[in-house]
Amino acid sequence: MKISVFLPYLLVMAGVTYAIRVIPFLLMRKKISNKYIIAFLEYIPYTVLTAMTIPAIFYATSSPVSAAAGFFAAVITAYKGKSLVVVAVCACLGVGICEGIMMFI
Amino acid sequence: MTNKLKAGVMDGIPIALGYFSVSFALGIMAVEGGCTPWQAALISLLNLTSAGQFAGITVMAEMGSLAELAITQLVINLRYSLMAISLSQKTDARFKGIWRAILGYGITDEIFAVAYGNETVSRSYFAGLMSLPVAGWTLGTFLGAVLGNVMPEFVTNMLGVALYGMFIAIVVPKAKTDKRVLTVVCVAAAISLIMKYTPGLSGVSTGFAVIICAVIASAAGAIMFGSGLEDEN
Repeated sequence: MKISVFLPYLLVMAGVTYAIRVIPFLLMRKKISNKYIIAFLEYIPYTVLTAMTIPAIFYATSSPVSAAAGFFAAVITAYKGKSLVVVAVCACLGVGICEGIMMFI
Repeated sequence: MTNKLKAGVMDGIPIALGYFSVSFALGIMAVEGGCTPWQAALISLLNLTSAGQFAGITVMAEMGSLAELAITQLVINLRYSLMAISLSQKTDARFKGIWRAILGYGITDEIFAVAYGNETVSRSYFAGLMSLPVAGWTLGTFLGAVLGNVMPEFVTNMLGVALYGMFIAIVVPKAKTDKRVLTVVCVAAAISLIMKYTPGLSGVSTGFAVIICAVIASAAGAIMFGSGLEDEN
């Protein structure tokens, strides 16, 4: 892509994303004392990640079947308390093994 | 290296490995959209966002307007604002001003979630935490852009779930030990499914859908259970 075309795209994209992160981070100087808001913020990371995963993960490979294999591999290993990397690798292997089996069916 | 910085760097290793594999797919996509490998790497270095970049590169590939690009990023990445507010409640007294302006750039789903697992977050811990993931994200994108077209399809399919695997690794152990988190997570999943498969609602963009699900489920949890996650950990 020509630099004259690419650069405006890059700057707009990066600028908007940076502002979204940093403006609220700079403005929030006090500790929040309202217990409902505190609770709300404590649940945010888990609800965001869940909403991003379900149902998107089932469309992340060429077949919902292999994607489901990856999903369950991840849930089981995560439930057993494995680390981030181990869980991610098991999800990938679940997909790979399932797609391997599907090629022979 | 101070202890906190070192602890941050160590905690960032698994995120960096995950990012490295996930960003590979982004590099492939950027090249298909007309970018050079260096441009792809620069996009990753300056944006550090998976869903936002996927959408952004799509707009660029279609030669969409700058306004469209800006609105897409705003909608998809608005969740970072919620995370920034959450994180601001855990930062120590010295993590302010210019440090927030510099390090706030590193607020991503995974970096935030790992940082949030700590009692307090110092600037050196956070700087350490984000350092390797930024490097992994950028390098993975570059290598994906250079090597992507020689990878067989099943390998890219496998890499496609790596990011979700990391999300699951953060959510499941917490939901296992805390019934309240389990409940809000199930509510979020249910709303997400409803939004995806209900005619009329399925047209809502992914970014907006995530925000709606997270806000409703978290608000429901706050009303049902109140706070108290911290007391028990």
